[in-house]
Amino acid sequence: MSDKKNSTDIAIIGAGPGGYPCAFLAADLGIEVTLIDPEEDPGGVCLYRGCIPSKALLHAAKVITESDHATNLGIDFGKPKINLDKLRDWKDRVVQKLVRGLGQLSKQRDISYMRGRAEFLDSNTLIVKKEGGDEEELSFGRAVIATGSRPSVIPSFPKSQGILNSTTAIDLPVIPKTMLVVGGGYIGLELGTVYASLGTRVSVVEMTSGLMPGVDRDLVRVLQKSAESIYEEIILDTKVVGIEETKNGLTVSFESKDGGETRSNFDKVLVSVGRKPNSEGLGLENTKVEVDRAGFIKVNEERRTTEPGIFAIGDVAGEPMLAHKATHEGRVVAEILAGKKSAFEPTAIPAVVFTDPEIAWCGLTESEAKEKNIPVKVARFPWGASGRAATLDRRDGTTKLIVDPETERVLGMGIVGPGAGELIAEGVLAIEMAALASDIELSIHPHPTLSETVMESAEVFYGQSTHVYKPKRNR
Amino acid sequence: MTIEYRLPELGEEIDTGDVISVYVSLGDTVSEEQPLMEIETDKAAIEVPSPAAGVIKEIHVADGETIKVGQLLVTIEDGVDGHKNTAVSEGTAQGQTEEPEHKVDEETIEEEIASEPETTPEERINTSSVQEEEEKAEQAQEPQKENIEPQVKEASSQPPPASPSIRRLARELGIDINKVIGTGPGERISEADLKASTGSQKKAKEPEAETPAPGKESQAKTKTRPRSEPGKEERVKMSKVRKLTAERLTEAWKAPHVTQYDKADITELEKLRKQYGSTVGKAGGKLTMTSILIKVVAKTLKEFPEMNASVDMENSEIVYKHYYNIGIAVDTDRGLLVPVVKDAGKKNITELSIELADISERARNKKITANELRGGTFTITNLGGIGGTYFSPVLNAPQVGILGVSRSQTEPVYLEEEFVPRLMLPLSLSYDHRLVDGANAVRFLHSVIERLEEPLSWFLKIN
Repeated sequence: MSDKKNSTDIAIIGAGPGGYPCAFLAADLGIEVTLIDPEEDPGGVCLYRGCIPSKALLHAAKVITESDHATNLGIDFGKPKINLDKLRDWKDRVVQKLVRGLGQLSKQRDISYMRGRAEFLDSNTLIVKKEGGDEEELSFGRAVIATGSRPSVIPSFPKSQGILNSTTAIDLPVIPKTMLVVGGGYIGLELGTVYASLGTRVSVVEMTSGLMPGVDRDLVRVLQKSAESIYEEIILDTKVVGIEETKNGLTVSFESKDGGETRSNFDKVLVSVGRKPNSEGLGLENTKVEVDRAGFIKVNEERRTTEPGIFAIGDVAGEPMLAHKATHEGRVVAEILAGKKSAFEPTAIPAVVFTDPEIAWCGLTESEAKEKNIPVKVARFPWGASGRAATLDRRDGTTKLIVDPETERVLGMGIVGPGAGELIAEGVLAIEMAALASDIELSIHPHPTLSETVMESAEVFYGQSTHVYKPKRNR
Repeated sequence: MTIEYRLPELGEEIDTGDVISVYVSLGDTVSEEQPLMEIETDKAAIEVPSPAAGVIKEIHVADGETIKVGQLLVTIEDGVDGHKNTAVSEGTAQGQTEEPEHKVDEETIEEEIASEPETTPEERINTSSVQEEEEKAEQAQEPQKENIEPQVKEASSQPPPASPSIRRLARELGIDINKVIGTGPGERISEADLKASTGSQKKAKEPEAETPAPGKESQAKTKTRPRSEPGKEERVKMSKVRKLTAERLTEAWKAPHVTQYDKADITELEKLRKQYGSTVGKAGGKLTMTSILIKVVAKTLKEFPEMNASVDMENSEIVYKHYYNIGIAVDTDRGLLVPVVKDAGKKNITELSIELADISERARNKKITANELRGGTFTITNLGGIGGTYFSPVLNAPQVGILGVSRSQTEPVYLEEEFVPRLMLPLSLSYDHRLVDGANAVRFLHSVIERLEEPLSWFLKIN
């Protein structure tokens, strides 16, 4: 037997938050797995260039902004001194610690890890272009494609050092004096928040009429208010039609919806207009795997592609492009590979925007309900009525429940405010458990916490909220 | 059509009630089963539900009024064409028109065949609600009737109300979670609900309603029952009577049954019966072996109190009854009914014959009342008219004795050193061995037989 592995039971292409949990669970269930990824350790974009480093930086941003606000409480820190190298270094160490940990977990489970990029030669064979340069053929019983996504590029923009994407921005090359964020979605706003806290004058330009298109307006409104004080300018209903590299930065040409044209100069431009699935260059044409027009690999509820022995999970398999969705899919597929009857059919997938204040939602949104004509009752609890919010000096928040008016089932939850990301998990559980508003109302939530706002929203549904007077006709 | 809704039976020996509150007003649209008013009796306060959906045309009673059973309460216009002047249409295959006064029939059959001696007047059952119960009880997967709509609506607009672990379990068990009816709040599906649905879903494939019901019983289309091979099998929904009989017998069967068989020489008795038949006939009754048996049995029970009792295992007590109500099994086109002749010991055979003829007839014509189907302490079941020699009747719980009678035959009997033709009546006595021991049962049966065989001497002693 050669010491080069050339066949495997399961080949998992991509070791991000979809690939590695799939591999780990499959190994735990007794399946022989080969995990293929270009990085040294598992982690994918999430660990190396996305979720983790951005949240690390956002934590730093939060510390800076909170200390700034502390003057309200009579605590004055003065202007902070920021050592960018140290900050970058800390962020890198956080990432390293985590990915190395994953590498360990992978070894403990006896998973064969191949560092390289894989392509399909046919439905049962991969060619892996390894890090060192050589290539190796690997035949497999079944495969899981977890190749993730990459930042979308606007082709008309020039290639320039001044134009950043989410990956390069996270590297914190420098704290620019001015920066334009193109795209008012969650990535742009999160990174914009980081740079703004570090001292950059950040402007945001968004094509639609509001930030975070698609998210319920009542939640975004709270964020927008705070954004207005963080950002230099929020430009809505406007497109970027050209970027020109000049001696002292970049000149950006705008075109607003009503036809107006303007130009401004910025040191840096961060392009965050979305992400594209990585389904090209994989040799899929040598298999029966089909891809849709947007580039997502077509899968059924088992995450099986049109080629029966090949599965696809994560960003490459469709929206929402969220790490936790990839993880769940990965685990479902691992179970299926182990012969269990499993399927990806969650009733609620949460989403969190880690701006300040945070926004989080899960299940049916108010906008969706309106769009699909689903009758719902929305029970809102303003944080102005929350004791805990008052103690945090952060009354800018709202918690709302979207409830079926007849069955009283909780269909969705939306929260805006600091810590929304942590609070939303209760909503996911409630929806998955088919809980009724009364189940939440009758569960004792600790006081004084922000989680009480969830319970009180349920009380609002019945018109009997302790801290909000809004009587209902009949229960 | 117009429905004149009268106050149904409220319970044993309850004839009147007071109207506490009339809920509806003239012109109101009401749905079937919607409470119309609240009535208070000696025993309880009850809500009287509407027999049908429709519009209130007239209200004949007022708050505070004392009303009687059978009294006209409201007139409802239900907008349905028809010549039937009733609200309740029977669900059984042969169900036809009923007079309003006897709407109570369904209820009575229910009550009798159900074991509860106490009735709650709420058992105002009409076709659709009973069907509902039948369906629920059979763990129907699909909502068949409008009343159970919500399930269907929900399934289409929302994922099934089941937690992830339950959804996973369903998948593992091969159950389509969208077809399971949950019994938790908000129709939440529990593990028990899943297990309950496995039975019906085993061979379930898709929709075709394969139960062509003869008659109006099976309005329900079952989507998840095992398919019947067309032409080889046929699925028919049980009638109320059948279902309740089945349930009752399932309960009754729990008692340890022993059947004692014997024959009575009724040659002399038969002569007497023929002789006095016309006399009784003129009085309005029919002198039959059964009516005679009622008297004989009633009197014999007095000497064998054990046979006229019931067993209370929970409290380890025997309940001796000091009244003698003999139930007579009557075969009707709806099924088996057992009207009861009360205080049989106190009535003479002529009276018993008249009463027996009357209740049998009314049982067959659906004119029997709840009271008349209740309260028996012993039962006689006579299949002689149809044939057979012996059979092992099932006790009419909670009674401990039942006497089965088969067809009398002329047989050669060895008497005084020769074979003579005698008319022999086969008797089958089933008893509950928890209370009655074999010896006593035989003694009881022999006593009965003695009296049948020596009618004159017994008649001389009778009081």
